[in-house]
Amino acid sequence: MLADLCKKAFFKSLWVYHTNTGACNGCDIEVIDVLTPYYDAERFGIKLVGSPRHADVLLCCGPVTRQVVPALKRLYEAVPDPKLVIAIGSCACGGGIWYDSYNIVGGIDTILPVDYYIPGCPPRPEAILHGVAVALGLMDKEVEAEGLQQLPDRPESIPIEK
Amino acid sequence: MILSKLKEALICIMAGRATLPYPFKPHDPAADFRGYPEVDVDKCIGCGACAAVCPARLIKIEDKDQTTRHITRLLERCVFCGRCADVCPEDAITMTGQFQLTSDQVRQDLVHECDIFMATCKRCGHCYEPATPLDRIMSPGFRHDQIDRGGDRCRHTHVRADQAEAEAVGTADGEDS
Repeated sequence: MLADLCKKAFFKSLWVYHTNTGACNGCDIEVIDVLTPYYDAERFGIKLVGSPRHADVLLCCGPVTRQVVPALKRLYEAVPDPKLVIAIGSCACGGGIWYDSYNIVGGIDTILPVDYYIPGCPPRPEAILHGVAVALGLMDKEVEAEGLQQLPDRPESIPIEK
Repeated sequence: MILSKLKEALICIMAGRATLPYPFKPHDPAADFRGYPEVDVDKCIGCGACAAVCPARLIKIEDKDQTTRHITRLLERCVFCGRCADVCPEDAITMTGQFQLTSDQVRQDLVHECDIFMATCKRCGHCYEPATPLDRIMSPGFRHDQIDRGGDRCRHTHVRADQAEAEAVGTADGEDS
């Protein structure tokens, strides 16, 4: 009976290790905000843990600075399989406004395979909750690739003469 | 002792539920919240003002040919500052309240690509934005092989032509003196 209860209680209960890979702390504060009683991500079993070895999810904020790359790789190896990587904020998704800076690698996905991206600068707590809901399968994602948008009565193309 | 506990329990019962029921009920952000920037491609004139002010430099403008301007927006880098919507002269960009942008392949899902039909500069052959609304009515459909249609030139060529004329005048004066 206890085993059944544990199975029910810990099913899809994600333990999260939160790491800052060069962020400005805006996303970090929103992550803390999500754990407050008003947003209460803990009702989905989300729990911040102090060691990557206890974690199921690696939560990354910030454009990856060159200095943090080896630490991030070691961190990823320290998280036991199966693991999820979630990138929070525009910086972690694609580098943000620092995507081409000399000391920035540009997004978590240049270093690690990322499973879910939550863009925003910073993403509002509801957006992070939506990311959690998508990761847990409670909601579907709302954005889709649209493809090239063209006018229907487009004239034939004339190449640029150089 | 017991009274204080009862008082605490009473306060807890009276307080009700504080947690936002968000993922199970839809949540509307404030009216002035800046979310996903939506582009009305029919309104866009391809002037590139949004690309000039974008702090993340995520709007790429390239001319495919003489009449087509290809605009790519890599919105995974967007910081939702709304400056593109502020400067757009045609109000083609609106900041919607859409904040649910979670995706598993953000570099495909949050890319917005469009082709804009532009006027063609008579001299340099690149597309440009006509100066006045009247010119804009006149110029779409203008081609490099329809020279009689109007004397449209982009600002770029104007400057060079003026310089060339000034130089020509200067040398002519020099020869005269």
